[in-house]
Amino acid sequence: MTLVQAAPPPSTAAADAVPAAPRGRRRGGLRNLGWVLFFLLPSAVPLLLFTFVPMVGSLWVSLHRWNLISSPKWVGLANYERLLKDPQTLKVFLHTVAYIAGYLPLVYVGGLALAVALNQRMRGRSFFRAAIFLPVVTSWVVVALLWQWLLNPANGLVNHVLAALHLPTPGWWTDPDWAIPSVILASAWKDLGFVMVILLAGLQAIPSDLYEAATVDGASGWQRFRRITLPLLSPSTFFVVVISLINGFQVFDQVFVMTGGGPEQSSQVVVGQIYNLTFRYGRAGDASALSWLLFVVILVITAIQLRVQRRWVTNA
Amino acid sequence: MHEQTRSPARRAGLYGLLSVAAFVMLFPFLWTVVTSLTAGGNLGDGPTLWIKNPTLDAYRTLLSALPMWRVTVNSFAVAVVSTLAQLVTGAMAAYAFSRLQFRGKGLVFGVYLATLMVPLQVLVVPLFIEMKTFSLQDTYFALLAPSFASAFGIFLVKQAIDGVPRELDEAATIDGGSHLRIFATIILPLVRPALATLAIFAFMGSWNSFLWPLVVIRSPEFMTLPLGLSTLHGQYTTQWNVVMAGSVFSIIPIAVLYLVAQRHIITGLAHTGLK
Repeated sequence: MTLVQAAPPPSTAAADAVPAAPRGRRRGGLRNLGWVLFFLLPSAVPLLLFTFVPMVGSLWVSLHRWNLISSPKWVGLANYERLLKDPQTLKVFLHTVAYIAGYLPLVYVGGLALAVALNQRMRGRSFFRAAIFLPVVTSWVVVALLWQWLLNPANGLVNHVLAALHLPTPGWWTDPDWAIPSVILASAWKDLGFVMVILLAGLQAIPSDLYEAATVDGASGWQRFRRITLPLLSPSTFFVVVISLINGFQVFDQVFVMTGGGPEQSSQVVVGQIYNLTFRYGRAGDASALSWLLFVVILVITAIQLRVQRRWVTNA
Repeated sequence: MHEQTRSPARRAGLYGLLSVAAFVMLFPFLWTVVTSLTAGGNLGDGPTLWIKNPTLDAYRTLLSALPMWRVTVNSFAVAVVSTLAQLVTGAMAAYAFSRLQFRGKGLVFGVYLATLMVPLQVLVVPLFIEMKTFSLQDTYFALLAPSFASAFGIFLVKQAIDGVPRELDEAATIDGGSHLRIFATIILPLVRPALATLAIFAFMGSWNSFLWPLVVIRSPEFMTLPLGLSTLHGQYTTQWNVVMAGSVFSIIPIAVLYLVAQRHIITGLAHTGLK
């Protein structure tokens, strides 16, 4: 679709798809077009069929009432209207925000502490780095199962340890108040290594003579951290925050496996709601409308971050 | 590596912090193995690292419940094919956007970038309908469809190719080299780090992918590991030794791969954070 627009004479486009056969005066242009098609078609065809068409299709579905079985019925913006009035929509967004609010500080502060620790000359550095990074390559489903077992209220390791220390033993993912914190713990555990590695790369890009000069001027360790490390690390911090927010709003796998959105919908997140609307309640139109709502929220939040980054990110 | 720790107290604190962190990250994996070797009846006895009567029963139940070998091979095959596909489609498109001049280039690139911003959740319902319409549910093709090409990968490689001085390909053009030759012999070898990063992202993305297989696959013979495990979890809710045996089964291949390529994986991912 877009390729036809890109190609000047559409009638000859197919004839010259193979980059050979010089023909007549315009052979240079045609040959160039052949190369463009040769290099672009392998990506353009799948992107068109499996991303662009579904994207437009999703908009279309969101304007219909459809249970995926009977024929779709045009309803205009009614799906969006209903979603915005439905208290469940607000709830799933609030749960998602609560998840991010717990996850992001945990993973950032933890990742930063470990990155600073590993940014020193020391023995065993690569062992620690590799060990802390291991959960990153483990799939979300495995991480969720692992933590569901560790946080099992009756036989889980964590509650056994807490009981031995005479501390309260929460119901974790079986308790509506503890379901989201359980998901946060599992997610932070998985992503800690990734954040650490990103921040470590940022730390290593800070020139060491800055620290030497500050030390000569009598700056304390905390002052060097506060005045040199944090400001110069801000581009990496920005990257972590942007990526975490985008991924955070799309959280699904670990919630689906650990809590299934329960108990009593207490941990249902936006994508979980999209899944349920489509495949449990047969409301594909509402599901598509909600997915666009989510997309707009992510887009707006990312745009705001890009705007305010000049205020706090060095060299932005 | 600039701040040097000299005082022994600080050094001890440093090792203390890192050891605790490494323990917290590694112990759950050990615990998974321990649980998978514990007899089902002993799970309620309280935690112990010393298993009284270690047994492989959980693994036997696992293998009778799910075609685990096939599921593992599926996961690998899908990950390898989608990684190769993304490398080819990504590098070629990146070359076109970086080196070829054509009308509407900005527009086409804009459309490519737009697909980058749309999350999978928006696409899932219509993509499912698309697969259903063409009776492609429950096929390998359906598993692969959304990951033949990735705008993220194209963007990543294009940035790298933009960094290659144009004089290099101009010299080859004078020698009579075609675009294909410039691409294959000059550009590709120079952007290998970007290709490696793309390969790591593509492989991990496919290996971990859950929502799409969950939506489009029903029969066990096409399941990938995450989907197989979640199905297992649904069937054996309280039999944690079986669920943990499944987890061990799916951790081992990726852990081995990780140990072999650890350095490349970590540096590959770290570089996405730098401009």
